[in-house]
Order: sequence, then structure tokens, then C-alpha cells
Amino acid sequence: MTLPTTALAALGTEGAATVHQADGIAGLGWLLIALPALGAALLLLGGRRTNSFGPALATGLSWASFGVGAAIFVEMLAKPADERAVTRTLYSWVPAGSFHVDAGIRLDQLSIAFVLLITFVGSLIHVYSLGYMAHDPDKRRFFAYLNLFIAAMLTLVVADSYLMLYVGWEGVGLASYLLIGFWNWNPPYASAANKAFFANRVGDVGMSLAIMAMFACFGTVTFTGVDAAAHNAPTGWVTFIALMLLLAACGKSAQFPLQSWLGDAMAGPTPVSALIHAATMVTAGVYLVVRSSSLFNLAPTAQLAVTIVGAITLTMGAIIGCAKDDIKKALAASTMSQIGYMMLAAGLGPVGYAFAIFHLLTHGFFKAGMFLGAGSVMHAMGDRVDMRTFGALSGKMKTTWITFLCGWLAIIGFPLLSGFWSKDKIIEAAFIGEGWRPWVFGLTTMLVAGLTAFYMSRLFFLTFHGRRRWLEGDHPHEAPSTMTIPMIVLAVGSVALGAVLNFAGFPGWLEPVVGGHGEEHPVLPVLVITLLTQLLMVIGVAVAWMKYWRDEVPQVAPRGSAVTRLAANDFYQDAFNDGLFVQPGNALANGLAAGDDTVVDGGARGLGVGLMDAAQSLRKLQNGYVRSYALTMLAGIVVILGTMWVMQ
Amino acid sequence: MSNVPWLTVLCVLPLVGAAITAVLPDSAAWRAKQVALGTTLLTLLVGVVAATQYRIGGAQFQLVEQHSWIPAFGTSWALGVDGMSLTLILMSLVLAPVCILAAWHEVPVGGRREQNYFALLLVLITCIVGVFAATDVFLFYVFFEALLFPVYFLVGSYGGPDRRRAALKFLIFGFVGGLVMLAALIGLFAQSTGGPTAMLVTNLTGLQMGETAERLMFLGFFFAFAVKAPMWPVHTWLPDTAQQATPATATLLVGILDKVGTFGMLRFCLPLFPDASRWAAPVIIVLALISVFYGAFLAIASKDIMRLIACTSISHFGFIVLGIFAFTTTAANGSALYMINHGFTTAALFLVAAMLIRRRGSQLIPDFGGWQRVTPVLAGVFLFAGLAGLALPGMGSFVSEFLVLVGTFQRHPVAGGIAALAIILAALYILLMYQRMMTGPKPELATPVRDLTAREKWVVAPLIVALLGLGFYPKPALDVINPAMTTVLQQVGVTDPPPIAGIGVDTAKESAK
Repeated sequence: MTLPTTALAALGTEGAATVHQADGIAGLGWLLIALPALGAALLLLGGRRTNSFGPALATGLSWASFGVGAAIFVEMLAKPADERAVTRTLYSWVPAGSFHVDAGIRLDQLSIAFVLLITFVGSLIHVYSLGYMAHDPDKRRFFAYLNLFIAAMLTLVVADSYLMLYVGWEGVGLASYLLIGFWNWNPPYASAANKAFFANRVGDVGMSLAIMAMFACFGTVTFTGVDAAAHNAPTGWVTFIALMLLLAACGKSAQFPLQSWLGDAMAGPTPVSALIHAATMVTAGVYLVVRSSSLFNLAPTAQLAVTIVGAITLTMGAIIGCAKDDIKKALAASTMSQIGYMMLAAGLGPVGYAFAIFHLLTHGFFKAGMFLGAGSVMHAMGDRVDMRTFGALSGKMKTTWITFLCGWLAIIGFPLLSGFWSKDKIIEAAFIGEGWRPWVFGLTTMLVAGLTAFYMSRLFFLTFHGRRRWLEGDHPHEAPSTMTIPMIVLAVGSVALGAVLNFAGFPGWLEPVVGGHGEEHPVLPVLVITLLTQLLMVIGVAVAWMKYWRDEVPQVAPRGSAVTRLAANDFYQDAFNDGLFVQPGNALANGLAAGDDTVVDGGARGLGVGLMDAAQSLRKLQNGYVRSYALTMLAGIVVILGTMWVMQ
Repeated sequence: MSNVPWLTVLCVLPLVGAAITAVLPDSAAWRAKQVALGTTLLTLLVGVVAATQYRIGGAQFQLVEQHSWIPAFGTSWALGVDGMSLTLILMSLVLAPVCILAAWHEVPVGGRREQNYFALLLVLITCIVGVFAATDVFLFYVFFEALLFPVYFLVGSYGGPDRRRAALKFLIFGFVGGLVMLAALIGLFAQSTGGPTAMLVTNLTGLQMGETAERLMFLGFFFAFAVKAPMWPVHTWLPDTAQQATPATATLLVGILDKVGTFGMLRFCLPLFPDASRWAAPVIIVLALISVFYGAFLAIASKDIMRLIACTSISHFGFIVLGIFAFTTTAANGSALYMINHGFTTAALFLVAAMLIRRRGSQLIPDFGGWQRVTPVLAGVFLFAGLAGLALPGMGSFVSEFLVLVGTFQRHPVAGGIAALAIILAALYILLMYQRMMTGPKPELATPVRDLTAREKWVVAPLIVALLGLGFYPKPALDVINPAMTTVLQQVGVTDPPPIAGIGVDTAKESAK
């Protein structure tokens, strides 16, 4: 399944050796972060004065950041493959004893792919939000948070050390928290924001521990330094670091067992769901694993854990997706499942890294596009999300329907569209290896591909086809052009990006960063895998067609089977967390608070009561015990000084 | 300029301001705060000028002054600063005018004398500068005890409904701690080489003493500092006192005065009793870990905002003590920086919470709800303060907390690993409070409430600048602190453990360049 470790270690060192100093446009890489950060600062500090032009300014700065990224990319293309990775130290950040970290950026084939995804999709979603949030009184604050997110996400992907990555990592968590709770006058939305932050903090413990262990182990936390030293470390340490990175990735990317926050995160405005909770932030975990490939390559146990986490999550997400009637929550479950695919691929090692990132990019386009489509539908249907009250919207919202159609075909892996190139490659890679693994992981990814076709078709048919199930007073209409243009652009990406990246040789482009791998063959012939996957897809679509297009769909969901209820309730993960952590935690906090008052303070209070009595008697001797204490103290000091003087 | 007794000037200036404030007639009572603000601003200016005289990499103690005081006891009026005390004094001098400005309306009209309140605050500033600048152990002790009185009166006379009990509790804890330290001090004097400058900290470093004597004296000092810091299980005075104190007093008390405890550990316990420090470290690390979690759980269960913030400080002081006794340069730098950051964080939390409390007329969390719709800017500032409290990367508090964690892990992976779990609890106590107070539907209020006023903006602006500045560019502070911490650890006689595997720090630095 993987190459011998020595060969991989050699690759790792080789990769580390080919990092050059940034010059030219790449030297201006810090502008990527500075521009949107400036926008966030101006909009937040400028107050109401910036209400009129703030959103436009934020959008402009996001595009400017994309411009910088595109220029760096063009410059990078002109260089030979082994000179493309560059770093630039910005300033000495934390010089503390033996721990010394500089703020620096690293631009290579991996980070530039993310930069382009984040700034391009991010800027499109800024444009979309100009329409979507047009009537929100807090529009300026919304755009400030969007810019803050772009700045933090870019910090995450261009950082040259784990510590600086951590700043972006929590920065996107903060932006996510602020935007999920953007309408937090609604109490459940405020809870959803907190839940996301708390789950992410659990992951952050993993990130903290990983960085702590890296420093103890390697004496450095830069990517270059860790890559170079990784093969010197004992396997136990490397495995620990890799597993802690996986914990961090699980929190950020809503992977099992830290997946429960993503569904609730749909409380945020829909552009946020598209940008943060589908296209970019939630994929940061995959980035982290791929970025740390030199560590994971040396820790087969951790790699297996990554694969298993991916396999569980992709199955779980797909099952949940089948049972959700809330269009956004169904899409969120799908996101979870798709990131599960990426995670599984990343766990496969060098055969999978490139495909994990490949799928991440195409998914960023088609999932963001579908979320924007969902936002357009909600806009038309009075902000409702229940698909059982939609149906037959294809006629009324042509643009939304066609762009969503592109996204739907892309995600189910329809031949030649984006998902076909990226997801099917992951399925093929999952079939590579020896023993039980290719069969378990390969068959899981393949069967869930059928399930994906089913739940996405269900979502698509429930919304756009079948009979009208609208409520009284519904007058669906197409969204304004600020919203439809971004949807069209993303739809084009959903159709073509996979093919473009495939024929442009994207996996080869990434090879200098993630390492290459030999020619390896799946346990089944590729043609068989492709045909079987296509067959499962057709079955999934057909079943969905029968149930949700041809047949009548009740407006109120039937009770459903035990499995349906299990899936609709997200496998009762909230009840589980509540019983295992929340309740005992609250009991402990309240118990300690009560105990602090009685037991711990008790001894001290006994002393206090005694002194209080003494104070009372002193009070009789002098005027007011406040002064008496001061005098007693001073008298005490004098007596002690006197004694010392006499003893001398 | 080098002949100016900068530190004495810094001690005397607030005292002069206090005298002027105290003698103001009642007809000019409203001038008291203006005089106090002017005095603290002037002191800050002098402090900044004094700091420019400090040379990084120069002598251990700089801006030194020394005058014989009680030669029979070896005691002198000796002041001087190293990087640790310099940064602490500067932090205190920045917080002083901020607190005075925040206290503008703390004394109700027609209530207690406003002049006395501001005079006491100024006396407190004098004691703070003195306690951090003292390089004579006895002089330190005098300031250490003197601190109790202004705080006692500030809490006992101007605090909340249960102020007298809280003030007395504070005094008793401080007094008992001080007495134990005095006993150790007398013992130390007996061990010293004698002479008129025997009690200078430089003359007490590296003494040869018996194992038992050293351990007993270490414990004496450590007990006093643990009460002050405060550590579990001698922390119970802090939540009570902070809950009853006025916000400015609470800020000065928790944000600055408590640092005397952790400062004392680094200044006295470690250099004076190196063997005993190494002997006690395992137990203290356990106590520090208990403090970290205990304080966090108490905070989660708190219904009172001021009490909650005080409890978070118990947790944060646990981190500081953990970093001190981990005995690595990274952790020690982290702890010293943590003291600075914690001052600004606590100030932001207490002072912004006080602005909310003043508007609502209650300091109970359940009495709020939906206030983001009432005072959006104030809510934003409160969230900012909270994020500093939970050590979000980008804030100064993150750098220091992470340095403590990474430095502790270097020597004690298990303790460091356990401490890292506390970052979850920090998110819980801050964000649950924010959720309960700020989110939800807009409340029905009898009278309209103003958002952040111009004066309040001047209170929070320096704190925000300081927290972000120390988050993104902590280098100036670390450069000053680092030599002091290196010296302390040399005195303890420990060196950093080398990386387990790897090409070492030097190669990594090179590749980063």
C-alpha cells in the first residue's frame, strides 16, 4: 500500500531541501493576508461611517487578494517544478529562550492551490452576499467578518510554521463562531455558535499537543524543520504527533467523533455555509494532514487511523444526508461525507494525497455552488429550509435550477463532470493495497458513492421537481444578478474544473510537496471499479427518482423506520455528548463551587471567625476595628523590628 | 540622565498626587479624579523615559539606587529593575490611568469621600512600583505588607454590600501570609553574611545553608506568595474580594497585586533557595495543575460576573506557577510574559464588565441576556476581552500561555499535556458567559441605555492595543524578559532539555532564515 519508509523519508528530506527564498511577486505574499485583514479592521473600527461603502470595499479587497494570489501563481508556473516552493520570513515573532518562531509565509504548489480556491470562491461569495444580505441591518459587520475569515484562512494556508498555522486555525474558528451566531438573537443559533467553537477547541487541544511534542522532539515547529528532522524521531513520538494532528483535523473538518457541530452550524447565513462550512474552512483538516505528510508517512498507525476516521465519517454523513428534510442540513451532511472521502484519501499516503486535494478543490466549487443555490431557493421561499414544502421549482427559478443541476451531476460523479475525475480517483486509490484494507475501504467508498447519488438526487428532486408542495403565500422568483452570477461561475467550475485539473496534470503538480509514488494497481481492474461505481450511481438516482419525483411526497415527514430516525437525529450524537461530557461536567463544576464554599474555605473561615472575634474585642478598646487592624499590623512590625534589634 | 533616581521618583510621584488629592476640600471633590489621572499619566511618562535608560543585555539590575536604611539589619533603600520587574512596572503604569479613568463614576455623589478613594488608588500605585522595584528583601517585605492597607480600605469602604467581610478576609489572608514570610525573612537574615547590605537580593543569592533551613525558608516565602498569587487551596479570598471590590480596585488587585506572588517566586524563591525549589517543584506543579482546573470549573459555575473573572484568574495563575516551576527558559519566559498579558486581559474583562454592570444595575449573569442588541459596541469589546481571556491566537495571552505549555511539556510531558486540556474549559467559561449575557432576544429595558461613551473608549483602547500588540509582536517584551529568566534558571542550576530527535534548533533557525 505504501512505499518503504526509507524511500519516503528520502522524499521528505528532498522536499525540504527544495525551498527557496521568496523573491518577485511571491515576496509580496503577505499582502494576501494584509488586504482582507485591513478590510475587517476598517469595517469594524470605522463603525456606521463605513455602512455605505463597507460591503463593496470588503468585496474589492477580497478580489485584490485573489489578484495577488493569481499573480503569484503565474509567476510560480514560469519556474521549474523544483524551484516553485518559496518561503519568506516576515519578522521575528516569538523569541523566547530556546523556543524561537518567526512569522513567515511559505508559498508552494499546495498552498497556492488553496490560496486560489479561498480567494476566488471567497470573492464570489462576497459578491453573492451583496445581494443575499442586502436588507440586513448589520450588513457591514457581516462583511467585516467575511474579510476576517479570508485573512485567517489565508494565514492558515500560507503559514510556514505550525505555530503560525495555529493562528489562522483559530482565526477561522473565530470567524466561523461569529458568523454562525450572526443572528444570535435567536437562542438556538447562539448555542450552535458555541457548540462549533467548543468542538473546535477539543481539536485545538490536539493541535497544541502536536506542536508541543514537535518542539520537544525536533526543537523546531517550522514545516521545513520538521520535514527535515522527522525521520530522526522515534516512531512513538511521530505517531503521537500525527494522531494529535488528526484530532485537530477532526475538530476543524467535522470528522468523527467531533462531527456534531457542523449540522448546527447551518444556523449561519447561507453564504457562510457555502464559504466556511463547505468550500474552505472545514477542509482545513485535510490540508493539515497533507501538509504534515512527512510525519504521517512515518506513522502507519496514524495513517490507518486517518483512513478509518474518513471511512466512518463518509458513511455516517451519507446516511444522515438521506434522512434530512432541511436542505442546508442535508448539504452539511453531504459536506461531512465528502470531507470523509478526502480524509480517507489523505490516510492512504502518497497514493492519496494529491487526490484528496484534487477532490477538495472540485468539491469547493460544486458544494459552494449548491449552497448558494440553496440560499437562492430560501430567498424565494421565505427563508424556509424544509424541502418537503418545496418541489417543482425548476420552472420558476431557471438559473438556480440549472446551476444546481451542474453541482448535483458533479457530486454524484456523472461522467466527465468535476466529481467524476476527483471522487472516482479516490475510490480507485482506496482499492490499492494488500490484505483486508483495499476491500474494506474500496467497497465502502464505492457503496457510499451510490448512497451519495441517492441523497443528492433526493435533495435535487424534492426541491426542483415532482409536485408543488408550496405553502400559501409562496411566490418563488429568481434571485438578483449579484447572486446568480456567482452561481453561474461556480456551476462552470462544477462542470469543467475536474477535467481541466486532470488534463493539466494536477497530481503531478503537487508531487514536489507531497512526494511521488510508484505505479500501483488496485485489487480490481480500474474499468471494473469505474463501471461498478457508475452502476451504483444510476441505481441511487433511480431509487430517488421513484420515491421523490414520481411518487407523491407528504408535506409532513412520516415517522420513518428506526434507521431513518437514527439518521435524522444525527446518530443521537448530541444526546451522547450530553450524557458523557456536558452533564457530568456541569455536575463537577457545581460540586466544586459548593465544595469550595464549605470545605476549602471552611478552614480559612474558621481562622477568619476567630480573628473576627478578636477584632470585636479590639473594637471595644479602640475606635472602629478598621483602624485597629492597621495599627495592630504596624505595632506588630515595630515589635518584630524591635526584637530583631535587641537580638542584634 | 543616569544620575536621576528614576525608581524613587516613580515611587514618590503617586504619593505626592495622593497627598494633593486627599487634602482637596469637599467643594473641589470633583477635582480629585482629575488630579489622580494627571498624576498617573505623569508617572507613566516618567516610567517610559526611565525605561529608555534600560539596556538589554546590560547588568542584571539597572536604574539601581542604594541608600543605607537600617544598617543593623543589613537593610537598605535599594531599588533596581531587571527585565521582569521593568515590564511589570510598565504594565502597572499603563493600567493606572486606565483604571482611574474607568473609576470616574465609581464613587457615588454624596457618598463616601471621593478624594480618599482616588488618594488610596494613588498610594496603591506607589506600593506597586516599590514592591516590584525593591532589590532589598526587607524593603520588599515592607512594600508587600503596605500593599494590604490601601486595598483593605478600598474594598472595605467603597465596595459592594458585603464589602467589610470581604476586606477583612483579604487582610487576614494577606496578614497570615506576610507573617509566615517574616519568619522566613528573619531566618534568612540569620543565614546571611551580615553587614549593612546583607539583605540585598544579590548578596543573598548563592548562600551556603543547611538543607532543612533552606527548605523551611523556601516554604515560608512560597506560602506567602502562594496566598498572594493565589493558588489552590489558599485561593478562597480572591473571588470574595474581587466580587465586592469596585472594578478599578479589582483590576489593580487581580491584574497587578496578585503578580507580586508569582513575581516573588521568580525573584526570591528560585534564586535564593535553588535546591529547595528543585525539591518542591513536583508538588508545586501538581498544585498548579489543580489550580488551573479548579479555577476553571469554579468560573464555569459562577453566576456573578466579577466572581467569574476572579476564578479565571485562579486558573491563569496556575499556568504562571506551572511555567515557573517547569524550569525551562521557554516556560519561564512564558510565565513572565503571562504576568504582563494577564494584567491587560484582567483589566479588559473587569473594566468592560463593570461598564455593563453599571448599565444593568446588577452583576449577576442571569440578569442579562440579549445585550448585544442593546449595546452592540460594548458587546463587541466584551467579546474581545473574553477572547483574550480564553487565549485566542493573535492575542498576547495566547503567546504566553502557549510558551508555558510548550516549555512545560519539554520537561514534563504529562503535566504539559494535562494543562493543555484547560484550553477547552477556558472556551467554556468565557463563551457560556457571553452567550448568557449578550445573545438572545433584545430585552425590555425601562430606561434607554447608552452604548460605549467617549471616556469608556479611552479606557478600552489602550487595552486592545496592548493585547493585539503583544499577540502579533511580543518580541520587544520577550527581548527584555529573556535575559532575566535565563539568569534565574542559571541560579536554579538547570538547563533546557535538548530535543529528543533532530538536527537541533540551530539548523532549524538557519533553514527558517
